[in-house]
Amino acid sequence: MDTRFWTKEKCKWRRKVLPLTAFIILLALWGTIRAQSPVDTLPPSPPTEVTAFDTPNDAGKNITINWKLSTDDGAGRNIVKGYDILRSESQEGKFEVVGSVVAGISTFQDDKVKNRRNYFYKVRAKDHTSSDSPTVGPVQASGQWYHKGKTVVLIFVVIFTALVIYFVESAKKGKKLYVRPIPGMDAVDEAVGRATEMGRPILYILGLSTISDVATIASLTILGRVAKKVAEFQSKLLVPCYNPIVMTVAQEVVKNAYLDAGRPDSYDESNIWFLSSSQFAYAAGVNGIMLREKTATNFYLGMFYAESLILAETGNIAGSIQIAGTDAVTQLPFFITSCDYTLIGEEFYAASAYLSREPKLLGSIKAQDWGKAGLIALIILGGFFASFHFDTFINLFTVGH
Amino acid sequence: MRREIPLFITAITGVVFIIAYFIPHPPFNQIQDLFQTWFQIIAAFAIILGVLNLMVVNGDKVYRRSKGWGYSVIIILSFLVMAGIGTFKLGSKASPLEEGTPFMYLFYNVYYPLTSTVFALLAFFVASASFRAFRARNKEAALLLTAAFFVMLGRVPIGDYLTSWIPLKWLHLSTIANWIMAYPNMAAQRAIMIGIALGIISTSLRLILGIERSYLGGD
Repeated sequence: MDTRFWTKEKCKWRRKVLPLTAFIILLALWGTIRAQSPVDTLPPSPPTEVTAFDTPNDAGKNITINWKLSTDDGAGRNIVKGYDILRSESQEGKFEVVGSVVAGISTFQDDKVKNRRNYFYKVRAKDHTSSDSPTVGPVQASGQWYHKGKTVVLIFVVIFTALVIYFVESAKKGKKLYVRPIPGMDAVDEAVGRATEMGRPILYILGLSTISDVATIASLTILGRVAKKVAEFQSKLLVPCYNPIVMTVAQEVVKNAYLDAGRPDSYDESNIWFLSSSQFAYAAGVNGIMLREKTATNFYLGMFYAESLILAETGNIAGSIQIAGTDAVTQLPFFITSCDYTLIGEEFYAASAYLSREPKLLGSIKAQDWGKAGLIALIILGGFFASFHFDTFINLFTVGH
Repeated sequence: MRREIPLFITAITGVVFIIAYFIPHPPFNQIQDLFQTWFQIIAAFAIILGVLNLMVVNGDKVYRRSKGWGYSVIIILSFLVMAGIGTFKLGSKASPLEEGTPFMYLFYNVYYPLTSTVFALLAFFVASASFRAFRARNKEAALLLTAAFFVMLGRVPIGDYLTSWIPLKWLHLSTIANWIMAYPNMAAQRAIMIGIALGIISTSLRLILGIERSYLGGD
């Protein structure tokens, strides 16, 4: 094979191709140089319709500045690189740059101001040169005593609180309230009884969240009721804890329940202990307890993560009766699969009241049902109005931040 | 008084937090941060409490030679080794959390593999749980099985490969899987979440109003 560059045969077509390649390279070079050369020395057109106002629904010390983009930003000569926001304490005073935004942005929040002091603003469109908007002001910052964007939440809270109080008062007056049966809670007596008969302990898991989580608090309220039954049945309750604060509260709750049941002597503080704050170390520890102690009943009530199935499947293998309840939507399928009873979402929060069978507590569950009915009605209405693009109704429920 | 004081503190704190939610003005906007700081301080001291509890409970098990006391020995030793190396910076000049220190060596070569092993068990438990859940014993289980079939097959390349020849795109397995996830699944999840939100409000109100007292003992 002939590898020479200039053979007689090859020369023929290379004579045509090489000039064409050279022409293309030259054309590209010319384009690059042209693109880099300043063609426009005129300043961009300034931003217009600048407004400055106290940022609504905030704690104060914040002013919002809005403007209409320069006509050379994204359109026209398209040369605007960004905007500087300038502030002064007097109209004719020295303006200082307090912030910058890139092209295409038409709002800025100045959070370096003092309350109840006059400020003036200008917005500068920047390129190689710049142009300023007219000065706006004076404007003052101040904090608000009511967040207007949260009115819809306030209305809902007031209505719901009124419903709770109404049903609790009705229950106090002796009105009979029907509450849908919760099989998981109906099984608590049976589960505790079974443990007593078998002479095996009951395991109660409070979840893996802290005391600031409502799910943990709800679980502690259920623990109080379960512990009372356990004390009455003279069975053994094991509560390995994930969080030291939860552990101390759980000890108090169980102690009070034993006192309430008239069995303070049966209370053993070492049965409510801190196991680990590491997710899988805790799961391994609890699995070990289930398999060694052969627990008759396992309660999983609280907030759970990936360890939920590890715990519930081990309990299933150990042959324990298992009652779970959580508000972790992603973990619910695992509990439903592996446990005998699962309290889904709201049922978990209703469990303590349901177990107590006390009318005033059941009244709050009734209010919960009415609240749900109201929300269903609103969802149906919202769906109907959204289908006809009647956004005013939907906007009524937008919560501001 | 033993019950009244906690009830009073709960009620006052609850009401203040509700009010603070609607008032952006100082000092109400700082309440949450303030309580968060308090919580962190209490949590820091509670760790000491947790450690003490761990040592007392397991030490007692070893002392009494209770059932499974050998595990307690491992817990105590593991704790003492990790805490000792970390606290006294053994083998490290500045911080025990730097790369190459004995503390990090134990973390990467003992703690990390152990937790990963427990996490890995999840794969086997998912298999055994799925086997139980997907048996078509009744109408609901059959429905679950059908939905699972479509979703699982629609989420892997072979699902699309099997149905890509069908001219109607909505019959492709991936489209069906996405539809199940975006509509029936999402609707059910949102329904549960609305119930949870109401449950949380209801529980909070019960605690604030002092109706729920089981955590203090008694009804």
